[in-house]
Amino acid sequence: MSAPAVELIFAPRADYHDVVAAKRADGFELCSDVCAVDYLRHPGRPLPDGVDPERFEVVVNLLSLSARRRARVRVQVPESDPVVPTLFDLYPGTEAMEREVFDLMGIRFAGHPDLTRILMPEDWEGHPLRKDYGVGRVPVQFKEAPGPR
Amino acid sequence: MSDDVTVKTEPWDPAETAEGAQETLPDAKSKVLRLPEGAVGDATQIDIERGDDDTMIINMGPQHPSTHGVLRLMLELDGEVVVRTKPIIGYLHTGMEKTAEELTYVQGATNVTRMDYLAPLHNELCFSLAVESLLGVELPPRAIWVRMLMAELDRLCSHLMWMATNGMDLGSTSMMIYGFREREMVLNFYEKTTGLRMNHNFIRPGGTAADLPDGWEDDITVICDTILARSYEYDELLTGQPIFRERTEGVGAITAAEALALSATGPILRSTGVPWDLRRTMPYLAYDQVEFDVIVGTYGDNFDRYSIRLNEIRESIRILRQVRDAMPSGDYRVQDRKVTPPPRGRIDESMEALIHHFKVFTEGFRVPEGEVYMTVESPRGELGCYLVSDGSSKPYRLHVRGPSFVNLQSLPHLLAGGLVADAVAVISSVDPVMGEVDR
Repeated sequence: MSAPAVELIFAPRADYHDVVAAKRADGFELCSDVCAVDYLRHPGRPLPDGVDPERFEVVVNLLSLSARRRARVRVQVPESDPVVPTLFDLYPGTEAMEREVFDLMGIRFAGHPDLTRILMPEDWEGHPLRKDYGVGRVPVQFKEAPGPR
Repeated sequence: MSDDVTVKTEPWDPAETAEGAQETLPDAKSKVLRLPEGAVGDATQIDIERGDDDTMIINMGPQHPSTHGVLRLMLELDGEVVVRTKPIIGYLHTGMEKTAEELTYVQGATNVTRMDYLAPLHNELCFSLAVESLLGVELPPRAIWVRMLMAELDRLCSHLMWMATNGMDLGSTSMMIYGFREREMVLNFYEKTTGLRMNHNFIRPGGTAADLPDGWEDDITVICDTILARSYEYDELLTGQPIFRERTEGVGAITAAEALALSATGPILRSTGVPWDLRRTMPYLAYDQVEFDVIVGTYGDNFDRYSIRLNEIRESIRILRQVRDAMPSGDYRVQDRKVTPPPRGRIDESMEALIHHFKVFTEGFRVPEGEVYMTVESPRGELGCYLVSDGSSKPYRLHVRGPSFVNLQSLPHLLAGGLVADAVAVISSVDPVMGEVDR
């Protein structure tokens, strides 16, 4: 089964907020998802001409209930300055999703009302979904213990 | 499953019952616009100057029995009225999206099924559809209809569980026992079909793990008839009961515009009158070939969400009966040896089958490069799966849009201005499953 048709938009970072605002005016009433991908180990992904690949990509899935359509906005976010404007003023429902992206991927949303960690503990260091963040191991407690005499 | 169950297929007829029954009949109250009980004591409306000292912040959870898992709420109270709420989550965060990047696509279904543990088959379904869409495989018809059967049983099961816990939150312990009793019937069928009662790993990329067991039609018939008859008992027990209606009508109300702004989907959005059900509006599997109604509410309050879930149980039964009658024969998974392992019997006969079996379970199959966002209507709303593949046998990135996670944002809005005694009922009506919220 193939996925339903979706309108794919590659927005430059500077125009990201305007592009989403235009889509909202165009009848996309609901922002169904905001997430981010770290392309550190997969830099050669297919992108249209004129879009320079950056390390991070913020992906916004919009839904139009009236037209029964979906649109996906993809924004390239550089590693050196991982900041994008928030969508909170357009879709208040993105509040928790943007906090999740910040928490797990370390991308900051300028203008977000409460950009704090949401899933990880407050004092956690690092952003676990980044590709250079280790998976972690549970130490085996008795591996080095001496055997029975 | 006993056969001596008396099956009552007709709705409860009030004329048959003894005197005094009119007290339990629904009254005309539903016709007037409902106001929340807390509206009379809305803190923001009271014209008294007050400082910060007048409000009190209390913590509810994470170990509160009524918060449906490890949900913690910080409630700011003015007397008995909730002024502000902040849900604090993350107590069940186990990094399942990170784990998914380390598991092959074959193993992936075992991971995602543990997210929404009350509707595990929908997680598997969503993940499998996303993988299949990147693979470009076409499923045989029977696989599609078996998946639909299991998905509707899942919805039935999840809503029954919700009826049970919601009943318990409102003080109806009978409903709790009844809900679990009915759910047990479905779980027994699951055990027979998938081998497990939860976390099935039954729907996999390429089809399902096994075919339906012999005599499944009879099991489905008994499940449908029994639960449909008992859903009318719930009407007697809760729907018409004055105490239940007093506690749910007008409580936790939300408008359609607010629900859309807060990205709420599922019963919360439908309770405001928006007929948005992905099964109907963006059909997947074969939902465009079965007849069912999308249940909507009017007032967006707890009672509407209750009636939507109760009636969705009946609609699921309607779909289940159609699926039972229309089930096509044939394969229950694609016969592509690169995706699905060969049957056990072939391994002893064919070297190639042995190699394929070994490759599928060690290395897994490779999925073409690409990205896809696949959605299904889970019992809680739009369950989305954003999958990025780099061409290897493991997902490069798997993001799950949990409907509970997003719906939880509407909780502060639903609670504001209400009474703290209603908080438990409102939390329940949002139906958060913390496994999915925290992932």
